[in-house]
Amino acid sequence: MLDQKTINRILMAFGIVGVALLFAVPIIGSRAMVQDLFGVLTLLILAQNWNLLAGFAGLVSVGQQAFVGVGAYAMFACVILLGLDPLVGILVGGFVAMALAVPMAFFAFRLAGAYFAIGTWVVAEIVRLCFAQWKALGGGTGTSLPKGTTKNMFGVPEIKELLGVSSSAASDALTYWLALVLALATLGAGYFFLRSRMGLGLQAIRDNDEAARSVGVNPTRLKAWVFMLTAFGTGICGALLFIQITRVTPEAAFSVLDWTAFVIFITVIGGIGTLPGPIVGVVFFYILQRALSDYGTVYLIVLGSIGIIVMLFARRGLWGLFSDKTGIELLSLRQYAPETKPNPLAQIK
Amino acid sequence: MIWVDTLVQGILLGGLYALFAAGLSLVFGVMRLVNLAHGDLIVLAAFVILTIATTLGLHPFVAVFLAMPIMFAVGWGLQTYILNRVLGDDILPPLLVTFGLSVVIQNTLLETFSADSQKLTAGPIEAQSVALGPTTVGLTPLLTLASAILVIFALNQLFYRTKLGRAFRATSDDPVTVGLMVIRPNNVFAIATGIAMVVATIAALYLGVRANFDPTIGPARLLYAFQAVIIGGLGSLWGTLAGGIIIGVAQALGAAVNPEWQLLSGHVAFVLVLLFRPRGLFPRAND
Repeated sequence: MLDQKTINRILMAFGIVGVALLFAVPIIGSRAMVQDLFGVLTLLILAQNWNLLAGFAGLVSVGQQAFVGVGAYAMFACVILLGLDPLVGILVGGFVAMALAVPMAFFAFRLAGAYFAIGTWVVAEIVRLCFAQWKALGGGTGTSLPKGTTKNMFGVPEIKELLGVSSSAASDALTYWLALVLALATLGAGYFFLRSRMGLGLQAIRDNDEAARSVGVNPTRLKAWVFMLTAFGTGICGALLFIQITRVTPEAAFSVLDWTAFVIFITVIGGIGTLPGPIVGVVFFYILQRALSDYGTVYLIVLGSIGIIVMLFARRGLWGLFSDKTGIELLSLRQYAPETKPNPLAQIK
Repeated sequence: MIWVDTLVQGILLGGLYALFAAGLSLVFGVMRLVNLAHGDLIVLAAFVILTIATTLGLHPFVAVFLAMPIMFAVGWGLQTYILNRVLGDDILPPLLVTFGLSVVIQNTLLETFSADSQKLTAGPIEAQSVALGPTTVGLTPLLTLASAILVIFALNQLFYRTKLGRAFRATSDDPVTVGLMVIRPNNVFAIATGIAMVVATIAALYLGVRANFDPTIGPARLLYAFQAVIIGGLGSLWGTLAGGIIIGVAQALGAAVNPEWQLLSGHVAFVLVLLFRPRGLFPRAND
């Protein structure tokens, strides 16, 4: 029987090989594969952010599409109105989403528990309806990135030369690598944040609000931080997504189904409140979508039903089930008491 | 003059929103459950009425009486077999389960009835109007508001005048202690959700007679309903009516200024009320 440390080392090795393979996909894989995996990775980024929000900070938001949409629109505005590089637009998208999070938190944090979900949803609707009025970016019908934008994007000509592929394949490769880096960064940031003093405070609030307050944790401030940081991550992801899509409309950019509902199911099925959960969930979602792709919206019915079953019978999702059965913990957030040195005086009697 | 007309239209529209919201308000009042599938359940009820009306050749106003017991059973079953399992201190499971239900109901309706727009045809009543003081109003909108007032009056009578209502209030206050009085909380919850679905069926009737509907419109109705409940104050049924009317009037006024602002002004009214009265206008419960 292997002990926990050996198992962890083996899994870690698998993880590193897996990540290396993922980085190599644009070189060794087909373009369709790159595009498919880009979709999976962006969903994973959204799910990781939502998991931090709902699973660790207890903020069940149904309005994350607001940040995706705002990020996307900010990127489009940078490219079309200011003539900036789309990659700069991505960063701007993140900051604009974060800026939106401030008034949104100010309003939604007044609503307790379940009403927070409705409040965020309503704010997302308001933002969508406002962007539909922005005539410079096409109003209700939306707009496209100018022709050639992605071909001349920073780094694309170099990749084109290096890999010897077409411009559009090179731009796919670039957005794919960015998505992969962003997904890994979100995972790493989530891990270190949750292991930090702030993260510990957050989990203390989740487990017992009053006890956490009594030892000096300020729940509102911590939650506001998480809300803003996840808005940043979600906004960046939204901007990145729409560089690949190249066309933005209010309906697509602020879609509650694409950017929030899927993300919720992925997190719940994979394991809410665990770091590996979203990864397991996104793999499951991808397989399900592929297997049922010939049957219209049936996969949504199946997805919803599985989400309900998981919530009823296995609240910590597939990862939680696996972890309980095997005792394997990955990216564990468990804190151990410091080892006490044997007291030399205890020997002398 | 046109403003009076807009105001009246808004109030009448508010009647429809109050009907959407009454069931939600009842369920929240009894078991503190936030049902994110409520909008889709209303749309489901509309399709049940449509199916009964077309297969049996009945008028929608008659078919609704056959749809009511069916929807009561749906609500009862939903509560007994699914929702009762997730009630508790943790808000996450009920939210996620009802969100899942919303997606399942919506897409099952899409698969069964396709994405085509449907309508309940009620004959000449749809186009009739009556003179009301300085303005003329449609008969169906007037009936909607009258039904909303009647439904809320009836629910209040049920809540405060009957044995069942006493059980509702007692279970709401303390679900453990009522167990000592030979009341089974899970049963009470199931009946409450059943009644909420009967109210949703009445809402569905007016939804279908007044305008087109298709399987995807549920979530928007859910938002209006929630706004009405929260503006009115949690647990207050008359407050819910007031909340519905506020949303209706705000939408009508917004639409009068610019047709694109109809939905926006409804949402903005909701945000404004909550900024100044975080617990709604007529809060009843202390939670």
